[in-house]
Amino acid sequence: MNKVSRFHLLLIFLGGLVLLFIIAPLAGLFFNTSPKDISDSITDKEVSKSIWLTLLSAMAATLFFSMLAIPLAYILAKKSFPLKRLVNGIIDLPIVIPHSAAGIAILGVISQQSFLGSSLSKLGLNLVGHPVGISLAMAFVSIPFLINAAREGFASVPDRLEKAALTLGASQMRVFFTISLPLAWRGIISGLVMMFARGMSEFGAVIIIAYHPMITPILIFERFNAFGLKYARPVAVLFIIVCLLFFIMMRLLTKEKKNVSNN
Amino acid sequence: MFQIINLSKKIDNFFLNDISLKLEKGDYCAVIGISGAGKSVLLELIAGLLKPDKGHIILNGIDITQAKIQKRSVGILFQDYALFPHMTAFQNIEYPLINKGLAKKDRQTLVQNIAKNFDIFNILNRKPSTLSGGEQQRVSLARTLITNPDILLLDEPLSSLDILLKNELIPLLRNINRKGQTIIHVTHAYEEVISLANKVAIIENGKLIQEGTPADVFRNPLSKFTANLSGIKNFFEVSVIKNNKNENIALIDNKIEILFLSDYNVTTGYIVIDSSDIILSDKPLKSSALNNFEGLITDIIPSTLGIEISVDIGVIIYANITATSFNKMNLKRGDKIYICFKSSSIKFYMK
Repeated sequence: MNKVSRFHLLLIFLGGLVLLFIIAPLAGLFFNTSPKDISDSITDKEVSKSIWLTLLSAMAATLFFSMLAIPLAYILAKKSFPLKRLVNGIIDLPIVIPHSAAGIAILGVISQQSFLGSSLSKLGLNLVGHPVGISLAMAFVSIPFLINAAREGFASVPDRLEKAALTLGASQMRVFFTISLPLAWRGIISGLVMMFARGMSEFGAVIIIAYHPMITPILIFERFNAFGLKYARPVAVLFIIVCLLFFIMMRLLTKEKKNVSNN
Repeated sequence: MFQIINLSKKIDNFFLNDISLKLEKGDYCAVIGISGAGKSVLLELIAGLLKPDKGHIILNGIDITQAKIQKRSVGILFQDYALFPHMTAFQNIEYPLINKGLAKKDRQTLVQNIAKNFDIFNILNRKPSTLSGGEQQRVSLARTLITNPDILLLDEPLSSLDILLKNELIPLLRNINRKGQTIIHVTHAYEEVISLANKVAIIENGKLIQEGTPADVFRNPLSKFTANLSGIKNFFEVSVIKNNKNENIALIDNKIEILFLSDYNVTTGYIVIDSSDIILSDKPLKSSALNNFEGLITDIIPSTLGIEISVDIGVIIYANITATSFNKMNLKRGDKIYICFKSSSIKFYMK
């Protein structure tokens, strides 16, 4: 008995160290920043502009790509087809490659030397240094989170409910919109939150595509580089608060009274 | 009215092979087989959830083999009801009507009418998770039947239910069938359907090995599987009377009286006497068993369970004994024999 409790104490101690590892730097950041510095950052136009740009770019990336990613997640969850494992692997690629390398890869597609870039520039749109380019970079690195969570959501919808709906006269599309989608909603929302949050905090890929206009992670980097830790810290704290607010808000949205798939 | 002709389907290592079946309107057909025999595949083929490799499905003279699921007029009651958990009972029942494009007012009237018939009117605004098993069952049946399908398919609807819910659902299914609804009911447990079905089909390893009336099939089993349906050969339709001690007597053909235990207060039903529960003796036997008869041995057949002895006591009763007992008793066709069995060994099923 005594042995077990000592073992548990050891586990708690080790687990506590991990929590401390996460919390301590963040807490240090907060404690070392005065409220005045934070309020100055809020009124700093450059800061607020970059926060809005970051939020809107991540939001646009999430919403636009969700229209493509959710159907793909459904196919991956419900259908078998040749090379499915390969497709699943491809989806996880952006997670494993360095994000600066991902930025270089995207730049190769949208720069004016590429077919797409030159075609778009003829229409007067240069994606490099453009909010759309920022959204693309954010989407590239964050889309696996949405696809994987949505796929799990769809996989948790029992096949027999979809079959039942078909035998009750529903078309495949109606089954998707009235049964599969509402029942997978929790997984999808959680995926949207993850994609949005991941996109918002992206630095490596975005800095290759667009140093300007400046998203907040780049602004923090620039202030640190140019003026040092003291000047970077208030912006970092403010951005973390904004991220946390969105994170908590969306987690609350996904917190349902009951898991709908549990009948 | 409904016919399956040479239906075949291969899925991975499983092969549903050359199934043919014919039903008239109002038939209640029990498809009996162990798990993995192919029952569910057969249902999914009929419903259109799977497409056959070969064969035809004919409904009301029209070949629906390749017809879309939505155009088939076939309803399925799934084993666990498959109610949509995010919709209320009302929305569940209304779902197929929206698919049919009915106006809101018509949908409301239809749902309310069927809800009254199924005694679920008061729970229409509730979600499935708040309903009892019996209520979920009735909501699911109402949802399946609201579009008046020509065929109702039941996928083991009773197997996961406790005895109370079974006793609720069996009369409900019987009533639905009596109103003319054709039903195909797949199950692994013959006891479930013995009092409901007028046709039985036995399916084994993807093949339909026997079909006919329950009496035909159970008294003349063509396979080890059917024979192993415990003692099912002694299957009789009976009328029920009370003796002067107020005990239940089952009357076979109005002449053979068999004492049995039952709480039911009914006048007709079915009884099954397990052929292994019957004791044979060459002399009248003094025992605690209340059912004692004298008869003649009409047949002796080696069976999968030992030796099957047919005894004519006015009706034919089948008894299974071991080969050792058979050799010891030295039985021959035409011998006079005494049989006895306990009243508690008789299974009674309501009609």
